[in-house]
Amino acid sequence: MTATPEELDWSSDEMMAVASARALADARTCFVGIGLPSTAANLARRTTNPGLVLIYESGTIGAKPEVLPLSIGDGELADTAEAVVPVPEIFNYWLQAGRCDVGFLGAAQVDRFGNINTTLIGRGDGQPDLRLPGAGGAPEIAAHAGKVLITVRHSTRVFVQDLGFVTSVGFGQGRDDRERLGLRGAGPTQVLTDLGVLEPDPATRELTLTACHPGVTVEQVRAATGWPLKVADDVATTPAPTADELAVLRELHARTREAHSAGS
Amino acid sequence: MAELTSLREAVAELVRDGDTVALEGFTHLIPTLAGHEIIRQRRRDLTLVRMTPDLVYDQMIGMGVARKLVFSWGGNPGVGSLHRFRDAVENGWPVPLDVDEHSHAGMANRYVAGASHLPFAVLRGYQGSSLAGRSDTISTVTCPFTGEELAAVAAINPDVTVIHAQRADRAGNVQLWGILGVQKEAVLAARRVLITVEEVVDELDPKPGAVVLPSWVVTAVAHVPGGAHPSYAAGYTTRDNAFYSAWDPISRDRDTFTAWMAEHVMDAAS
Repeated sequence: MTATPEELDWSSDEMMAVASARALADARTCFVGIGLPSTAANLARRTTNPGLVLIYESGTIGAKPEVLPLSIGDGELADTAEAVVPVPEIFNYWLQAGRCDVGFLGAAQVDRFGNINTTLIGRGDGQPDLRLPGAGGAPEIAAHAGKVLITVRHSTRVFVQDLGFVTSVGFGQGRDDRERLGLRGAGPTQVLTDLGVLEPDPATRELTLTACHPGVTVEQVRAATGWPLKVADDVATTPAPTADELAVLRELHARTREAHSAGS
Repeated sequence: MAELTSLREAVAELVRDGDTVALEGFTHLIPTLAGHEIIRQRRRDLTLVRMTPDLVYDQMIGMGVARKLVFSWGGNPGVGSLHRFRDAVENGWPVPLDVDEHSHAGMANRYVAGASHLPFAVLRGYQGSSLAGRSDTISTVTCPFTGEELAAVAAINPDVTVIHAQRADRAGNVQLWGILGVQKEAVLAARRVLITVEEVVDELDPKPGAVVLPSWVVTAVAHVPGGAHPSYAAGYTTRDNAFYSAWDPISRDRDTFTAWMAEHVMDAAS
């Protein structure tokens, strides 16, 4: 007998990946970061959006990896791509020129206006700043993609009151700051976490809780957010993962583990 | 015309203390063994340039080769942080490391300007990012036709660019394919060019999507099979994912790192 969604057992990470994949249902092209965004985009290609064109910053356009890539330049991405172009071209002709509908980013820290830090975190007490890997392609993905999705696990270490460093701009200080800066894409339209979904207020652009995943309370999300979180009047409940979504996601992860543990 | 030579001789001749050196490679075709030779020959005070510094730059920084890093993403892909890079930036070990930090789009365009022998490149970028205020190679320029303000980034012209490629012929023409990164631009931006290759052949037959760098833009070619490990050369080797994971514990601790480098790099024959 097939289990009903209520009877299925799933993790909050699986819910996050499924919600993120659903958010890609209408996109034609997605500029994908490695990690959680890549998981979601590859799940979308197997569920909500089989025609989704995945673009990785290594220059691989239309990649169709069978397993999740460990790095942005895995051979699997090039071998399965419709086109492989040099790095200056991927950023200038494809991203900057507005040919990517969705940019899908992770983050080390996010603030209430969807700005992202992936560079430095101040530790105070005279200690040196914590050094993170840095910007990569994110500043221009955040600027030029038609819209931006962010996926990250929800905690007060990530969702912080003040970013010491703005690597990639969301809505700046809010309201029309993004337009004032001359950023052409619509900016972050959804932040998908393991607890729920945040969306910018249409006027202030402040991230607002609009959906909780099944079993998650508004209080839980507030407690995991480092600023007094705005909450929509009607907070929706995300539909639970379906048996099909879970089966596809788990099969993708299993195949990935097998491929990457097979040695060199 | 490129000279076919040994890696040891090429590094001895082309890489000098204080040089600005780019060992490029975008996850694919990373010239790891050339980096090891630079470490063995104890070069100092280098300005290292690369969009995506990973393990070989962690090793070079940890061995005290570099004074400055020009980059846009420094990490162990799919694994996490570069611990030697972090130790140098955060604690100045073994020597302090300055950084000039960009986005990928900024770095790619800096190489394009360098290859074009232009002083700077133009892009839409850095608006509102804290990166702009921390680098003297990021500025703005006003378009003379539309009045739009755009980002300007200074050209990169390395003293030496080092890349790894699949093949060269005996005349020193070099062919590479697969994920090409920014290698062509980095080569054409440089004053001197060293290319390590998997194979030297009599004739370069055409490959789909391949780039050919003619011998007369290359200073030296060295035959170094497996020279990209733990990265890979499409058609020749596969990425050693296990090594990227293994590097994390090796590089976390200064003594473990130093012992590993002594055994696997300093004592290795070039």
